[in-house]
Amino acid sequence: MELIELKDVNKRYKNGVTALCDLNVSIGKGEFVFVIGASGSGKSTFIKLLYREEKPTKGSVFVGGINVAKLRNGKVYKLRRKLGIVFQDYKLLPKKTVYENVAFALQMYGLSSSEIRNKTIKALEQVGLKDKWRSFPDQLSGGEQQRVSIARAIVNEPKVLICDEPTGNLDPVTSMEVMKEIEKINKELGTTIIMATHDKEIVNKFKKRVLVLDKGILVNDMMKGTYKNERN
Amino acid sequence: MKGIRILFRSISDSLTNIGRNLSLSIASISCISITLILVAVSIILSQNVNSFTNSIEKDVTIVVFVDREATKEEIDVVEAKINLLDNVESIKFQSKAETKKQMQKESDVFNTIMSEYTDETNPLQDTYLVKVKDINLIGETAKEIKTFDKVAVVKYGEGMVEELVKIFDIVKKITYIVVIALVVVTAFLISNTIKITITNRKREIEIMRLVGASNSYIKLPFFFEGLWLGFIGSIIPIFACCYGYLYLYNRLGGQLFTAIIKLVRPDALVFNLVISVLLVGVIVGAFGSYRAVRRYLKI
Ligand SMILES: Nc1ncnc2c1ncn2[C@@H]1O[C@H](COP(=O)(O)OP(=O)(O)O)[C@@H](O)[C@H]1O
Ligand SMILES: [Mg+2]
Repeated sequence: MELIELKDVNKRYKNGVTALCDLNVSIGKGEFVFVIGASGSGKSTFIKLLYREEKPTKGSVFVGGINVAKLRNGKVYKLRRKLGIVFQDYKLLPKKTVYENVAFALQMYGLSSSEIRNKTIKALEQVGLKDKWRSFPDQLSGGEQQRVSIARAIVNEPKVLICDEPTGNLDPVTSMEVMKEIEKINKELGTTIIMATHDKEIVNKFKKRVLVLDKGILVNDMMKGTYKNERN
Repeated sequence: MKGIRILFRSISDSLTNIGRNLSLSIASISCISITLILVAVSIILSQNVNSFTNSIEKDVTIVVFVDREATKEEIDVVEAKINLLDNVESIKFQSKAETKKQMQKESDVFNTIMSEYTDETNPLQDTYLVKVKDINLIGETAKEIKTFDKVAVVKYGEGMVEELVKIFDIVKKITYIVVIALVVVTAFLISNTIKITITNRKREIEIMRLVGASNSYIKLPFFFEGLWLGFIGSIIPIFACCYGYLYLYNRLGGQLFTAIIKLVRPDALVFNLVISVLLVGVIVGAFGSYRAVRRYLKI
């Protein structure tokens, strides 16, 4: 079985909207996959199924051997520990420093302070923010804040990094910097990356596998794909 | 080791969180303090009511009149038999001479009348004054004594005592209900205040869930936070009520209105007061907070 496998997945929200329809996707270890499509095409829903924020209405979602569809609420943390998640809005804690925001993701493992410090500093080094460890999020630029959230996502060395529009709030230059960090993580650490985005430039520049969603249907799955092929 | 580290981290996090959400923490602490003052006052009242009713109940005595022609030996047998009864707390012999003296002391009229009798002509009878352990059984005990040989009359204020016991029972129950009701109200208020604090921390809980914290791990610091808030919130009520009561007690000379209503000595009351208020604050704070996070954990 591949690292991530979705079989005949349907997702219908309570209000009747069908966000995903008969989805079959498998993603292997170390892959870098873009999920693209117009707004409302189901990208975020796809991402949410992976970290069990939503459950599929039909079908099965396997992530690292865990059947996410059958995971009880009280056990969701077991899945989340295998994942790193990055959002458009960073989701940093404003009252915690950069260091604390990253170390936050390690605290439930009961590691010693020095283990936490080493791992946290390593993750901050990875994203090039070691010098800013004492800053608070509001003292950083958007790009820096996103890099902190990436550091937090990878500090526990997850097998998979999933990102929902990580560059959505950033200007093109900063977006590119953040993308380079993510690509570096993919290359250096072998982390599988799954990224929902509608940023044409990024998709075209990095030439990775691309899943194209249209109104909840997977209409294309290209290796080294680009956005140009699409209408939007 | 892992568990201990997690525990200590939770405790230190809980303290940091109180500091970082200082204004809300102060609001919670004030709310806790105010309700705990009510709890403390009701505890003081109920302890005083209890001690007052107990002291009155203790004073109720069964008076046993022995036959006038009973011999010394027969009287001793009666005393021994009374002593053997389960419900008898203490027994005291009072000779007719003593009774006479006591009556003379009580009123001038009695004094004049009784003066006419000598010890030989004294029409009174020797009596035993019996105190019981459980006032609810006083009627049965009196009845039983009545069956003994050479016992003429047994009196204990029939009717009046039963009424008194009934009324006191109701009064005591009311004070207990008031204390319990206040504790429940406190629990409710504290958990509500903490809920407001937590609503502000929804984001933190959400992120904790995202990075893989288990529900119990998320709840732990909130549990400790509630515990500290309850602890800090009980300090002011404890000091205010202990010193307030001490002051009142000294000011009133240890009694309320008349010498019959004796106030509970502060040293006997303070320990219970401190422990109860502290426990209510800490337990209600910790569990109120614990319950309040559950709402955000999708359990
Ligand atoms: N929680 C929700 N409840 C109901 N409908 C939703 C919910 N989330 C998303 N949707 C709907 O599902 C569809 C797909 O949404 P989404 O996955 O967010 O798309 P995208 O991220 O590609 O913009 C949209 O029509 C959206 O309105
Ligand atoms: Mg989206």
